[in-house]
Amino acid sequence: MAIVEARNIRKYFGEVRAVDGVNLATREGEFLVLLGPSGCGKTTLLRMIAGLEKPSAGEIVIGAQVVNSLPPRARKIAMVFQSYALYPHMRVFNNIAFPLKAQGVPKKARKEKVEWAAAMFGIERLLDRKPRELSGGERQRVALARALVREPDVFLLDEPLSNLDAKLRTAARYELQQFQKRIGTTTIYVTHDQVEAMGLGDRIAVMNEGKLRQMGMPQEVYDEPADTFVASFLGSPPMNMVERNNDIVGFRPEHLLPTEVHGTSEHLVTFQFHLSRVEHLGAGRLLYGLLGAPFADQKVIANLASNVMIVFQPGMSYTFAVKTANLKFFDRATGLRIEPRPL
Amino acid sequence: MAPSTERAKQWSLRGMHFGILAAFIAFSAFPFYWMLITTFKQTRDLLNPDHNPFVFHDPPTLEHLRILFMETQFGQWLLNTVFVGVMVVGITLMLAIPAGYSLARLTGRMGEQLGIGIFLTYLVPPTVLFIPLSRVVANLGLQDSLWSLVLVYPSFTVPFCTWLMMGFFKAIPRDLEEAAMIDGYSRIGAFFKVVIPISVAGILTVIIFTFTLVTQEFIYALTFITAASNFTVSVGVPTFLVRGDVYFWGSLMGACFIASVPIAFLYNFFLDRFIAGFTVGAIK
Repeated sequence: MAIVEARNIRKYFGEVRAVDGVNLATREGEFLVLLGPSGCGKTTLLRMIAGLEKPSAGEIVIGAQVVNSLPPRARKIAMVFQSYALYPHMRVFNNIAFPLKAQGVPKKARKEKVEWAAAMFGIERLLDRKPRELSGGERQRVALARALVREPDVFLLDEPLSNLDAKLRTAARYELQQFQKRIGTTTIYVTHDQVEAMGLGDRIAVMNEGKLRQMGMPQEVYDEPADTFVASFLGSPPMNMVERNNDIVGFRPEHLLPTEVHGTSEHLVTFQFHLSRVEHLGAGRLLYGLLGAPFADQKVIANLASNVMIVFQPGMSYTFAVKTANLKFFDRATGLRIEPRPL
Repeated sequence: MAPSTERAKQWSLRGMHFGILAAFIAFSAFPFYWMLITTFKQTRDLLNPDHNPFVFHDPPTLEHLRILFMETQFGQWLLNTVFVGVMVVGITLMLAIPAGYSLARLTGRMGEQLGIGIFLTYLVPPTVLFIPLSRVVANLGLQDSLWSLVLVYPSFTVPFCTWLMMGFFKAIPRDLEEAAMIDGYSRIGAFFKVVIPISVAGILTVIIFTFTLVTQEFIYALTFITAASNFTVSVGVPTFLVRGDVYFWGSLMGACFIASVPIAFLYNFFLDRFIAGFTVGAIK
């Protein structure tokens, strides 16, 4: 176990600033998710932690040791690649034993450890197969077993679930989380999928354009976004953003509700809502529409749970409201969060 | 009516299938058959224009093989060819594998241009090079030695094989090497433990291709070698079995047969891998 730290890390590819001054530190045994759109620098950051890329500036610290000059093999890390990177010419057993062999672990101990790691993921019966004879889910487990077998200080996972189909992914996500809790090894997990990030992470670090935008627990990042990027990147459908004077006012679609649904004792801000389209999702409804004055013609979405029975007709206007506490304010020029103010 | 036309269709398809197959088999096996039967025919039988060249009219004879092995140094030439072939294959592998790997991995746009540049050198024909190279060989004191061929042949095998290996290495995902580097190996270690085993097909391709080129090479061998005991098959056979305007057809064909069969077998044995070797990257 170890704490991983990035100190003012930069990585430039020619003119492109892939990672532009990131400071972050994990906690001991934490599951940290690096979240961001593709090209935001999250994979580059992970590769620098792994030692596969050299930082242009800054320091990578693993377990209180600056590891910038150490090659990947000396950093006591294990990495699972998006493609799993199983060695195609080796059987599963030898794939898992590969890191041990590299360390010169004697044959007998190697066998025991491989069997232990395989048992962790329930793949004992696959040990004699070649990677090409495995399904996507099985490959992923083999890759995880190979990462686990050497008992690293840190796990680095680069979108390991993105090659699985949607149904399998949910199950794999749960397994992965359980596994991480059980062994308690510090884990850094890269993904562009906010659902995955919210579900897996002890904390989430949201990145965009090479910069760290916010770091915090999933609920914290979701409820109290630090800027408009984080606000709009997390959540589906995304946070509604309406402009008002020099501010941007944000509120989650699930907080925009018909006035009568809110309790009477709460502080509400009401909006005129011109409904243009209703989408039935089974578990609820999405209402697309425009706000009335003073937010004339700004598009918003309302997300109603299935227990809201009110019938809505497209083309009609309704009165919707948001609790004052659920309004987030951002500076229009910088996009940064600002103190709440009266509307 | 429907089933019978269906059946007719099936039969005609099958017939076409066999027809095409038979045509190709005849096309590739016929030269071997001709060489083989010529080897064992009496010269009288061979030279009579009224005789069908593809069947025996007189009883078969071993005379031509006797001439080939007893009156020429054919056995020695075979050994010489194998010696040069093995040495050149070794040198080619030693140069082409690391060169192909570095061109595939370690350089950017310059690597691509360098790769093309290397390939272009393959296009300079031996007919242009053999005169200047004979000076080089003479200066090194290697004239009339098989080592001159060992030195010169890589000049055309290495560029092509570098190119071939480059395509091969490019098709191997970088993730695999990076995984090996994280799992505990240096880049070199990852290369030997992961990249080389995956590239066996490409290496085989290089070996077969190089060996074939060496076996058929003529100009350099003719220029640099003068002693009969140092000839390779491709020079010795036409030099000793064509005397003035007399062709020793039986022995010639016997020599060709013996030299070509091992390569034909090698090709067929590794055919699948060979094709994979040439098409990898093309179907990515």
